[in-house]
Amino acid sequence: MPENKTKYVGTAVRKKDSLQLLLGKPVYTADIAPQGALVVKLLRSPHANAMVKTIDTTIAKKVPGVVDIYTWQDVPHNRYTNAGQTYPEPSPYDRLILDRHLRFVGDPVAIIAAETEKAAHKAMKLIKVEYEVLDAVLDFRTAKDNPTLVHPEEDWLPLCDVGGDNHRNLVASGEEKDGDVEAVLAGCDIVLDHTYHTRAANQAMMETFRTYTDLDRYGRLHVLSSTQIVFHCRRILSRALGIPKSRIRVEKPRIGGGFGAKQTSVSEVYPAFVTMKTGRPAMITYTRQESQIAGSPRHEMEVRVRLGADKDGRIRALDLYTLSNSGAYGEHGPTTVGLSGHKSIPLYTGSLEAFRFRYDVVYTNLQAAGAYRGYGATQGIFAVESIVNELAEKLHIDPTELRDRNMVRQGMTMPAYYNEPANACALDRCMARCREIFDWEHRYPVRDMGNGKVRAAGVAMAMQGSGISGVDVGSVTLKLSEDGTYNLIIGAADMGTGCDTILAQMAADCMDCPVEDVAVFGADTDVSPYDSGSYASSTTYVTGKAVEKACAELTGRICTIGAELLGCDAADVTFEGSCVRAADGRTVSLTDIAYKSQVSNNCAAEVTATHSSPVSPPPFMVGMAEIELDKLTGEVQVLEYDAVVDCGTPVNPALARVQTEGGIAQGIGMTLTENVTYDAAGKPIESSFMQYKIPTRLDVGHLHVEFESSYEPTGPFGAKSIGEIVINTPAPAIAHAIMRATGVWHRELPITPEVIAMGKADED
Amino acid sequence: MEIKLQLNGRAVCVPDVAPDTTLYDFLRAQGCASVKCGCETSNCGLCTVFLDDVPVLSCSVLAARAAGHKVTTLEGLQAEAAEFVGFIADQGADQCGFCNPGFVMNTIALLRENPDPTDEEIKAYLSGNLCRCSGYEGQLRGIRRFLDSRKEVPHA
Repeated sequence: MPENKTKYVGTAVRKKDSLQLLLGKPVYTADIAPQGALVVKLLRSPHANAMVKTIDTTIAKKVPGVVDIYTWQDVPHNRYTNAGQTYPEPSPYDRLILDRHLRFVGDPVAIIAAETEKAAHKAMKLIKVEYEVLDAVLDFRTAKDNPTLVHPEEDWLPLCDVGGDNHRNLVASGEEKDGDVEAVLAGCDIVLDHTYHTRAANQAMMETFRTYTDLDRYGRLHVLSSTQIVFHCRRILSRALGIPKSRIRVEKPRIGGGFGAKQTSVSEVYPAFVTMKTGRPAMITYTRQESQIAGSPRHEMEVRVRLGADKDGRIRALDLYTLSNSGAYGEHGPTTVGLSGHKSIPLYTGSLEAFRFRYDVVYTNLQAAGAYRGYGATQGIFAVESIVNELAEKLHIDPTELRDRNMVRQGMTMPAYYNEPANACALDRCMARCREIFDWEHRYPVRDMGNGKVRAAGVAMAMQGSGISGVDVGSVTLKLSEDGTYNLIIGAADMGTGCDTILAQMAADCMDCPVEDVAVFGADTDVSPYDSGSYASSTTYVTGKAVEKACAELTGRICTIGAELLGCDAADVTFEGSCVRAADGRTVSLTDIAYKSQVSNNCAAEVTATHSSPVSPPPFMVGMAEIELDKLTGEVQVLEYDAVVDCGTPVNPALARVQTEGGIAQGIGMTLTENVTYDAAGKPIESSFMQYKIPTRLDVGHLHVEFESSYEPTGPFGAKSIGEIVINTPAPAIAHAIMRATGVWHRELPITPEVIAMGKADED
Repeated sequence: MEIKLQLNGRAVCVPDVAPDTTLYDFLRAQGCASVKCGCETSNCGLCTVFLDDVPVLSCSVLAARAAGHKVTTLEGLQAEAAEFVGFIADQGADQCGFCNPGFVMNTIALLRENPDPTDEEIKAYLSGNLCRCSGYEGQLRGIRRFLDSRKEVPHA
């Protein structure tokens, strides 16, 4: 469909669920789960690395209200991964539901099922465990080839060859390159070599992990969970519990935020195991503390970058080595690391002569990482964008002009991005527009405010992907109802992002009907057509295309039925939304066609369409931050954050804007306040919102977002993606501004007031 | 212990409430599903309800303290909320929605106290209401548009 003929695509349609959400209706897992379910609680390991020598639940089981307690001796011995990824998962099968070997502070030791929370808590204190405490691997820089192995077990099972080796604490490793990076570096006027460190930031979605399970009317396991990945979740449960997929149904209601956290099946298996054992409904609700210490946060990464350039600012070579900390289990380890290179190096396609990208992903005895918005790109972009800012400073070139000379532009082929073409790329326009709205010329120079405070600015670019090329599958079912309205059934997961609505906007434009006439339902493994799920910035781009396909197919069927009613050939009629018209001008209404589809009809008025893309077109973005920094205390206030995004066609500009603003706010938190530290024994410190400080509305400054649209030929209505890219610019842009204000490059996040106040200028 | 109170305008009497029951747990058990818990440490504002028309964090108030008092949740303020939540929806700032009830409750409290707040006053009053999705700007724009729309209504 041409881009200028849309009624809904490109407009700020209200989210279909907005009033239900804003008026506090019962739409989330815990609101819908019936009362009376068994309360499931987990006894968690107090040690970073230990074996359960003995465990005695006799006394604990005698607590009134306790139904049962399960230990490592009670669970199936099928190693699996919790990672929500397409089979065969790159993440190794390294988990058991309960393992005798405990690998981080928080690893489950026992599952308690009780009638009340109080009884469960009381029982938890009465379980007697004797631990054999082992040496722990707590520094990811020492993990590779450490004599202490996080996964010494013989049944550790990698499904894909991703360079992993459990006898070396390696989840994955690899190398990619184009050209001779050492030779090009040797010929450069200037070579910078720095290492950047980002921590295991937590998604901190407002709704913690939670799952309800029961046996349905056929005696099958029914799972109601706050998940982004209903189909992957079903497969994970099938393997972990050893029951066929036909005996499992997974559905998601509204989700109270995910940001990737719920792309890992963090909580589902425990109540599912209880329901299978007891036959009774069961519910687990993670506390905030559990979500903080035993969730699926960002992979801590250390990225060493060597950048080679000419004196005139031509960036000729990039050499990255990423060390990624997967924690105690390998979920998303082999894949997140890839993005640290694939989504950073191609930004400089314009001038690069050679690149190399090497990586190791290691096991440690810390909380297992997972998927968090940005998925490795955030970490890599912090490193690459920071070193480019360092280059600009060294060469006394304006950092926006430096980028103009080197950035990827439309029509280029990106060797560091699987040789994909940049078919739609408005990064140059994003930079020009952002410079303009931010007033870069006046805000970039450092201004001493005369009261001990300094104002300064910083800049960064970013990219991401749109789905996983050659892997992700999006499907929708579109059905015509007898009054001429439609049902759109999806397997993607709206987690607040608004995908239910934007997919309906696309369907409404394709079917030429009011968006209100498209009812959306998702997601339920019994009902929805197969969809990989909502992650990897895939839903708009991949599932959106499936909507286009389904609409085209259903239109054909409507024409077939309409032609039958009109007594002519299907090839001779046209679909006009509310009717089908014959060549001679006669029409039959959509309602009549819909009724006909239910009487003496052999042509189903519903279709399921599937889409997968061989490419993953990157959205692009420029972000600029202005800060005010107190030189005495080191306090940083973000005053203004301006961003211009190229997400192809913004299908719903209001939702795309809020996605961007929300991503920027998360990025600000990651940069300035969200710390993740451990005590000497590997116990996490920031285990509550008292210590883990996500931004309040006083901390984000003024956000100004605009779009510079390109038109992606392979996307629905020219759309690419928006969900993840938006978190990638704040860290490098704000670190840049802080350097401008203080003269000190901070290459480790978060950059807290203490760090700034104690900061010393780098020797180089 | 028995707890008698007025919940959303109706008298409620619940026998056998454990003394350590929080107001949050009490209200959820009474079917007030709008009341959410995001942190358990009084940091997020999701569990905001009114105790005698004053916003409190129900996760940090014992149900016993509400005995004999008037408790209001979003279930009891649907009409007052409906006046302005559409403006939030128009911004797309509802997002995942999990923080919305607490945010809406505290916005109602703000507007009752201060019918014409400045942006700074809005931010300060709502600073205890965390939102991880929206970046807050859309919520602010929505409230601002609502306030502007009220001013556009001609005087009778």
